[in-house]
Amino acid sequence: MIDFGYTLSPSSAENLDKIDPTLFRELCEVEPDAKKCMACGSCAASCTAGNYTTMNLRRVILLLSRGLDSQALPQLKNCMLCGKCHIVCPRGINTRHLILSICKTYNLDKQ
Amino acid sequence: MKERFLNGYNDFVLPFMIGMAFILIYIVIGVFRVIMQLPREDRKKYLLSLITPWILWYNIRDIICDVLLHVKIWKRKPLLGYMHSSIAFGWFMLIVLGHVETFLYTPSRAGLFYYPIFFRFFVMETNHTVRGSFFFFLMDFFLLVVLSGIALAMFKRIRSQVLGMRRTTKNSLPDRIAMYCLWAIFPLRLLAEGFTAGISGGSFLTKSVYWLFSNFLSNDYHIIPTWWAYSSVLGLFFILLPFTRYMHIPTEAFLITLRNAGLKVRHQTKGYAKSMIYSCSSCGLCLDACPMGVQKKNLKYSSVYFIRFLRRGNKKKCEEIADKCLQCGKCVAICPVGVDSCNLKLANRANTPFNIGQSYQYLDEVESLKPAAIFNKPSAQKDHTNIMLTQYPSDLYGKVLYYAGCMTQLTPVISSSVSAILDKSGIDWSYLDKEGGICCGRPLILAGRTKAAEEVIQKNKKIIEESGADTLLVSCPICYKVFKENYALNGINVVHYTQFIDSLIKDGKITLKKGEEKLVFHDPCELGRGSGIYKEPREVLSALGELVPAAKEKEESICCGGSLGSLTLSYEERGHITDSSIENLTANSPQTIVTACPLCLKTFSARSKTPVKDIAELVGSNMQ
Repeated sequence: MIDFGYTLSPSSAENLDKIDPTLFRELCEVEPDAKKCMACGSCAASCTAGNYTTMNLRRVILLLSRGLDSQALPQLKNCMLCGKCHIVCPRGINTRHLILSICKTYNLDKQ
Repeated sequence: MKERFLNGYNDFVLPFMIGMAFILIYIVIGVFRVIMQLPREDRKKYLLSLITPWILWYNIRDIICDVLLHVKIWKRKPLLGYMHSSIAFGWFMLIVLGHVETFLYTPSRAGLFYYPIFFRFFVMETNHTVRGSFFFFLMDFFLLVVLSGIALAMFKRIRSQVLGMRRTTKNSLPDRIAMYCLWAIFPLRLLAEGFTAGISGGSFLTKSVYWLFSNFLSNDYHIIPTWWAYSSVLGLFFILLPFTRYMHIPTEAFLITLRNAGLKVRHQTKGYAKSMIYSCSSCGLCLDACPMGVQKKNLKYSSVYFIRFLRRGNKKKCEEIADKCLQCGKCVAICPVGVDSCNLKLANRANTPFNIGQSYQYLDEVESLKPAAIFNKPSAQKDHTNIMLTQYPSDLYGKVLYYAGCMTQLTPVISSSVSAILDKSGIDWSYLDKEGGICCGRPLILAGRTKAAEEVIQKNKKIIEESGADTLLVSCPICYKVFKENYALNGINVVHYTQFIDSLIKDGKITLKKGEEKLVFHDPCELGRGSGIYKEPREVLSALGELVPAAKEKEESICCGGSLGSLTLSYEERGHITDSSIENLTANSPQTIVTACPLCLKTFSARSKTPVKDIAELVGSNMQ
């Protein structure tokens, strides 16, 4: 194959008709703030764990809403629940409870 | 003095005896179960405490002050205090005097449980003898004391405000029945003794009742029915006791011995916690204290209802309330029984199962977080208390390591002010987490993730101990509390920056310009109630301007609403709490609200019309 200096990456499009939204709906019931996120990224910018890892709450919420649980959940293991994201969130999302609710609702082993 | 009956028995004592036997057996089994539920080391500690003289002395002192005299309630609300101590102490004295009489007059009956209680029925005495009239008077006097307390208690049900309580607990059905029983016991005793006063004698109260009734109820047939009624109500009250709030009457003394033994809550319903749950008197003082009560719909999240649901085993409700709590500690500070509901709630959180746990292995890989000596030569461990202040001022503080913590990183004004103050004072210091550090672990503890917290704590501990510091300076009360309580740092003194600045001023390391500004200090929950630091920040502020008091302060200060303690409280609900806290602080129209916690600073700044500043910021900008 000729090397053009770039390659085609596989499509990252998700067919939303094929994902199972049950868990995310359950999460939204426990913590309705999950739907409030406007993906500004303040949480990720201030994150103590994000300083050293890929932990990114904005991304976690986005991935979960798209049903990409297996990519989102391992990040949560890094969280120290320090609450900085809670303070900086312009939408007033209860981030600590959101994270704890995800840890309660979702299950890493079942992915 | 003469016994009226040769056999010293009448059938009416049966209800009382059944109730008494039931409650005694219940208590003995309960105490045994609590002790068996304690972990082995706690049990050993408890049993040892029972034979340690000074703990015994504390136990006796606390039992007299709290159980009988209700000193804590007296201090807060005198009328409410009188109500409680009149019933408790009066009743106690009636029982004691009854026994004294039995021992003095009829020693042969001393073994009978019921004899001292129904003494007037069984024994005749004329009040012409000095000894007789003395006891008659005392018994009537204490009966009057109890009756006055009962009258107040009845009045409290109608208008609680008069006794200093804005809100009272909603009673459950058994509570209400037991309450009516309690109300009925002493008037019935008065009636029973009154009817009998013609035969057995009496003093100012019982004799008066006798004369009053003898005019239109002039025969002695009323004697037996009223004694039956008195005994039945007593028996019913004792049988209901374990299922009602009044269980605190017998269990509070036991709780005091457990608390004085220095036990910790390990489970929300077992062992030590069980004795707390039974000791909660559902008085409802925590209803007025809880900052969430600012919204009436949130009153149901008060500690009193949490304890009630714990007792009933309603796990869902318990979890809901435990997760809502701000952990501000105000209900614990004002609780007359000393129920540590905050730790019960934390234990409840810690026992909630999670599918995904946290682990921080990745921190080991980070180069900047590897434990290393920050100060050049680790100095030998010093005994700080023995150094003369004026002699070696620079040595007193040693090498100071400043740990700003997560919250302070979001309020750079605090960290830069602290840095400026440290620079100015010429102390050998270093900034531990300038480029970001690890969380202190307290937020994890507050979320009930104790295992994860332990991991973080061990990591931080290693870094701090390796650094060669003598003093760890923190600017966040949340960090301060956990460093003090959970770290056990070897040879390193943990200080909050308010303490530190206060001693810098006293040692003359920094001098401040005193202004005219009116300042009010907000006690952050974790610093005030959590760590008992009230004096130092106020002394610093007095050196800066005029310190005006808040409407409620120190132990009674109101949480700013930003607390990390609450897991489920929403943004809007927090806003209401913040507003009520600001209203409380601005009662004496200060020009600036000063606080000593980055979280309070952030929370207040967002909603306060009065400028909000951090204590370090004020000190930093007023240094000479």
